[in-house]
Amino acid sequence: MTYFIDRRLNPKGKSLANRQRFLRRARAQIREAVQKSLKDSGVADVAKDRKIRISTQGTKEPRFRLDPKKGGTRDFVLPGNRDFLPGDQIKKPQSGQGGSGKDAATSGDSEDDFEFTMREDEILDIFFEDLELPNLVRTALSEVPSQNWKRAGITTSGSPNQINLIRTMRNSFGRRLALKRPSLADVKALEEDIAILEANGAPANDERLLALKAELDRVTSKRKWVAFIDPLDVRFNAYVEQPVPTSQAVMFCLMDVSGSMGEREKDLAKRFFILLHLFLKRRYEKVDIVFIRHTHDAQEVDEQTFFYSRQSGGTIVSTALEKMLEIQRERYNTADWNIYAAQASDGYTQSGDARRCVELLESDLMPICQYYAYIEILDEREMEVFSSEEAGAELWRAYRMVAEHWKNFATKRIAKPSDIFPVFHDLFKKQEQTA
Amino acid sequence: MTEPLFNESEWSFQALDRVLKAVEEIALEDLKLDVYPNQIEIISTEQMLDAYSSMGMPLMYHHWSFGKLFAREEGLYRAGHIGLAYEMVINSDPCISYLMEENSMTMQTIVIAHAAFGHNHFFKNNYLFQQWTTAESILDYLAFAKRYIAACEERYGHTDVEAVLDSAHALMDQGVFRYRRPPRPSRERVLEKQRRRVAHAEEDYNELWRTLPQGAEPPPPKHDIWEFDEDDIGSTPKLPEENLLYFLEKYSPTLKSWQRELLRIVRHLAQYFYPQRQTKVMNEGAATFVHHYIMYALYEKGLLTEGSIFEFLASHTAVVFQPNFDDPRYSGINPYALGFAIMTDMKRICEAPTEEDRAWFPSFAGSAGWRELLKDAWANYRDESFVEQYLSPKVMRDLRLFALVDPAEAPAVTVSAIHNEPGYRRVRSTLARQYDIGEADANIQVVGANLRGNRKLFLQHRMHRGTPLHVGMKTQVMPHIERLWGHDVALEEVVEE
Repeated sequence: MTYFIDRRLNPKGKSLANRQRFLRRARAQIREAVQKSLKDSGVADVAKDRKIRISTQGTKEPRFRLDPKKGGTRDFVLPGNRDFLPGDQIKKPQSGQGGSGKDAATSGDSEDDFEFTMREDEILDIFFEDLELPNLVRTALSEVPSQNWKRAGITTSGSPNQINLIRTMRNSFGRRLALKRPSLADVKALEEDIAILEANGAPANDERLLALKAELDRVTSKRKWVAFIDPLDVRFNAYVEQPVPTSQAVMFCLMDVSGSMGEREKDLAKRFFILLHLFLKRRYEKVDIVFIRHTHDAQEVDEQTFFYSRQSGGTIVSTALEKMLEIQRERYNTADWNIYAAQASDGYTQSGDARRCVELLESDLMPICQYYAYIEILDEREMEVFSSEEAGAELWRAYRMVAEHWKNFATKRIAKPSDIFPVFHDLFKKQEQTA
Repeated sequence: MTEPLFNESEWSFQALDRVLKAVEEIALEDLKLDVYPNQIEIISTEQMLDAYSSMGMPLMYHHWSFGKLFAREEGLYRAGHIGLAYEMVINSDPCISYLMEENSMTMQTIVIAHAAFGHNHFFKNNYLFQQWTTAESILDYLAFAKRYIAACEERYGHTDVEAVLDSAHALMDQGVFRYRRPPRPSRERVLEKQRRRVAHAEEDYNELWRTLPQGAEPPPPKHDIWEFDEDDIGSTPKLPEENLLYFLEKYSPTLKSWQRELLRIVRHLAQYFYPQRQTKVMNEGAATFVHHYIMYALYEKGLLTEGSIFEFLASHTAVVFQPNFDDPRYSGINPYALGFAIMTDMKRICEAPTEEDRAWFPSFAGSAGWRELLKDAWANYRDESFVEQYLSPKVMRDLRLFALVDPAEAPAVTVSAIHNEPGYRRVRSTLARQYDIGEADANIQVVGANLRGNRKLFLQHRMHRGTPLHVGMKTQVMPHIERLWGHDVALEEVVEE
């Protein structure tokens, strides 16, 4: 007795428990690798499946093995002799081994590095770990965007509760017409005629009566044969899943790229931008990112240039704001776009420029921005000096004034990744309420 | 003119059914194979990867190393570096074969002949499998192991369970009985133990309920529910002992009884897979021989189309392809190629022997019964003895085998024998010994244990022909042994007499 069993429909993810155990086991190595790979990836690409290469420290599976290179004599057989004769000597290669020892050598090397693909949610988990996001925000961010069912025409198959009656009846009617299905009225008329004839005392073999009866038989059988509703007629409403339509957002990333912004500062700024982008991506179907870098002069650049190229010059923050305004007017109409801005700087600007910034923000930018987040990146030492909110450089003091007037303007000084999240505190609070 | 079994390359359940009947007829009536009932399952690629990473078993306990393996295989597969096997077969009763859903109908036919009849017959009849594995209970045992380990994780925490499993896995190669049969409890005792385990599991749930604040009187403490076999404890160790896992399970002074049970599970698995490691050439050779014979028989009956037989030939040639040693594709001797070559040649020697064959194999050259000869070989040999007994000069010539000696300190390896009259015997016995996994695995034995004083454990590596252990690996494995033993462990390497 033999059975064929179709296992393909069995629940998936049988190895999930093992995968979780593996990720937990290699936590430290994976974190390091993920952070490194995040550094190399674009702001918009964080939440994607990606390949991770980790060292196998911590996930080694040692077994006792013999080491024939270190001593002893080994006999072995190889296939494919061409011209060797007994007694021939073959020099051993200096490094590695020839012949059948190759297996052991290669598997030994590959033990040191290990590459595999991590899923989006696993990556985000690790990304969030550093930022110390509250749990609610984490789940909100790693949630899959919701889908809606939308009408998508008519199909011939579906579930009974989706029957489209109008279409079905229309088809049925057309078919009945085409096949000349006798109506109930026809039957009734015939029956009445027969009844009248019978009532008038026509004999059972009367020719007209027989003809009428034969006609009645034909009509009733045809009514059976041409069904009122045939499976052919039935139509169903079709639905397809569609993402919930949301409007679009543009995110302006503004950053000071003068010499004072080093590797560390840029890395922190990048995480700041990533976080805002993640948030926007969950809320809006389409998110554009505009990178504006500035020294004493602002330019719109691509992401690569934004994070990795250096420029010398003074620092005039207001140029960036002007640039942003210009791009917004040109391409991002407020009627169609939600505008978000994230600015990162080390807090220095030319004296007098701060006032100009405040003017721009107050009169032009803040009225059109959904949210404006500003971070000032300090090192740990400076962080101690500027422990009070009031103290600070010119730009900081000026921005504090703006923050007083506008609820959707957030400022924060940060020195390490976990300081970033509070900047977005209000933003996420809103999300929590609406969610 | 007979209708072919199928014309399309897409498979269907109806066609599979027809194929199975036709293959079965040839396998049972012509080849007279003796098989377990077949259970054939269609699986997807993901499920095949699942099977890869759980030692090919349909169910397996959870451990991070399986997750690692899955991640690796999945990555390689997605990148196109490896293809997946067409089939996988499990030594169980009924014999479970997995067929991949991607296979064409021809491939499914080959695979049914290969796995469901070739491997199946081998599993059922080979003496190693008969003696050392229990095909009828392996799935039940795995189900028990999975439940038990999950319960342990719940009770003692992931970390502790993982630590013991890590250590046990490190000693898996040293966790088998090579020469003597494992002391096996009678079937009655196994059942009795299973009953007790089930009862224990039930008690566990009671224990949980008891923690609810109901003011109920706690029941009197029962004996430890993970209790170990009483009959194993207290016996004096018989030394030397080759099975490290067995020894640690029985005599470690520090392990708790649940930890001993974990060692036992890993040890049972190691023992279950041990025959497969000893019969790679024979097992694959037998399955390949069977599928080759059956495919041709089907073709001759007109049950396969020309297209199918060409597809079969292409696939079969790839399976039995043996690259030469200096070929970049070379990665050891292909067990399919060697096994198939020897078995085909045995058939040839029966049917059309040459003078040479009569001199080398007087017992069966020219005999009529190649079927009986092969079945006898499949039943009573393992790779080492099979090669020693049946590798013919013709196969050595065909594969152009040559033997080498590699003394570690010499700058060169020396060719010791080639495929010529004076060399045949040496090549053959060298190759045979290459398949003795008793020589390939490190032979480590427990030689002494100070059970009263400092409790030091003494291990000995008996070096075969002076080959020492890999130092890096040794330093990594030793802490695992120490963890299981709980005290110092010494390992000395001695030259085997």
